[in-house]
Amino acid sequence: MIQPQSVGVVVPQRARFTDPLPLRSGGTLPEYELVYETYGELNADRSNAVLVCHALSGSHHVAGHYADAPKNIGWWDNLVGPGKPLDTRKFFVIGVNNLGGCHGSTGPMSINPATGEPWGADFPFVTVEDWVEAQARLADRLGITRFAAIVGGSLGGMQALSWTLQYPERVANAVVIASAPKLTAQNIAFNEVARQAILSDPEFHGGHYYAHGVVPTRGLKLARMVGHITYLSDDAMGDKFGRSLRHGKAIYSYDVEFEIESYLRYQGDKFAGFFDANTYLLATKALDYFDPAFEHGGNLPAALARATADFLVVSFSTDWRFSPARSREIVYALLHNQRNVSYAEIESDAGHDSFLLDEAQYHALLTAYFDRIKV
Amino acid sequence: MSYRYDYEVITQWIAPGEKVLDLGCGDGSLLKHLAEVRQVQGYGVENDPDKLLACTRNGVNVIQMDMEKGLAGIEDGFFDHVIMSLSLQAMHNTQGILVEMLRVAREAVVSFPNFGYWRHRQSILNGRMPVSESLPHQWFNTPNVRFFTISDFDALCEMNGIAVRERLAFDEGKLILDEPNFLASVAVYRLGRAG
Repeated sequence: MIQPQSVGVVVPQRARFTDPLPLRSGGTLPEYELVYETYGELNADRSNAVLVCHALSGSHHVAGHYADAPKNIGWWDNLVGPGKPLDTRKFFVIGVNNLGGCHGSTGPMSINPATGEPWGADFPFVTVEDWVEAQARLADRLGITRFAAIVGGSLGGMQALSWTLQYPERVANAVVIASAPKLTAQNIAFNEVARQAILSDPEFHGGHYYAHGVVPTRGLKLARMVGHITYLSDDAMGDKFGRSLRHGKAIYSYDVEFEIESYLRYQGDKFAGFFDANTYLLATKALDYFDPAFEHGGNLPAALARATADFLVVSFSTDWRFSPARSREIVYALLHNQRNVSYAEIESDAGHDSFLLDEAQYHALLTAYFDRIKV
Repeated sequence: MSYRYDYEVITQWIAPGEKVLDLGCGDGSLLKHLAEVRQVQGYGVENDPDKLLACTRNGVNVIQMDMEKGLAGIEDGFFDHVIMSLSLQAMHNTQGILVEMLRVAREAVVSFPNFGYWRHRQSILNGRMPVSESLPHQWFNTPNVRFFTISDFDALCEMNGIAVRERLAFDEGKLILDEPNFLASVAVYRLGRAG
């Protein structure tokens, strides 16, 4: 064992695709670019590749940092690196910014070749399946026919699951964390509140706010505040903030009084400062639409019959946005099909956000699982 | 990896290629053994994080579940065999889990330490709770919550309409044919639904 280390300085790469990509929503992307990062070395057999799929607000920047921005550390840096659970001395790890994103891959901020203007709200709806299709084309480009593992949390877990259905022969292991086979009505409801916050911001301008030189930051901030509440547990929020008052007593004002208000506003402002509202809209819709069982009359075991990968499914005890019960649906559907599957429900007080943290049991389990994968 | 002599008995009752569920599978060593010699499609159930980790290291499928709450989610008759090796005495919901085991599998295999073993009786007569190879813990730190004999278990099966298809009893690895409730420290049962 070595001490876990950072992968160090990383450089994003860019791949351009000129084969049109047909989309589930009926449209076609005539051409597009994907921004991605890689960590570790692809082995001679090309058998050690691991794809990390990002969630709602993630990006291709999974690990390491940029030479000119040492504080811009990848979102899953605690997982990926030499001596870390997803050990880059063994694996060649890839992070991709999904289509419709706002971190460099073709998305609403990109120029629509048909108009010469930013796509804005005209960017077509993209689904989890479309993302997988684009990721598969990137894998082709990199000479990877079969992934040792595909890993993702939340919306990223949906992509990992979808890979096993769209390209079963290309996935040896799927690690599906804090995810679900489809959203519940309550979960869609939270997304809808977030979308309405953005859509009703006067500066949204029907999604063409770039042309007006403005950004619907108030809507995006609200959307993030709502989301953030659902990513934490009641207990975690209570432990961290309780009813702490900034002024020690009520001052009867709509300014920040309770510390939780301060925290949410800060998180909302920070997010609205770098994320694109149109991307947020698209990504929440991708979450809502994901439902591989729909074409099988709602029968998830029938839908997962195509999958041949080995699975590790992980949930967190206090995650109520993607509750353990939703992960168990995946597990039992895989069991029905006699697939190799292991399932762990990690004790954690951090809610949905737990999947990004490095709770010891969680990381020990991932380490054990990745260690046993033969490349 | 632990290896126990009751594994040999259990293995004999498992046909090649069966679907097997091991409740309280520990580090997964029985399932690993059954995968090697019987090519079973096996799944373990555990609720202890350290044991989940051990199973993962052993490359054994393991599903975290609280068995006290039953096996909801597992389909009726899905498994050929469901095994509970030396764990029944550590469960509160004894009758519930037996019903569940015979719901999800054609046959159940259960092994447990015999509290009626003569050394255990001797210990009680001497005024102390038994500590032995089959009951290795002290009364104050034992994970066991049910203390029962072979005769007790036979009576429970009778009462619950559970068919005892085979019963083997052992003392220090040797098969005991006479007076098992007195002379055997461990019993291994093959159970089915009566009728």
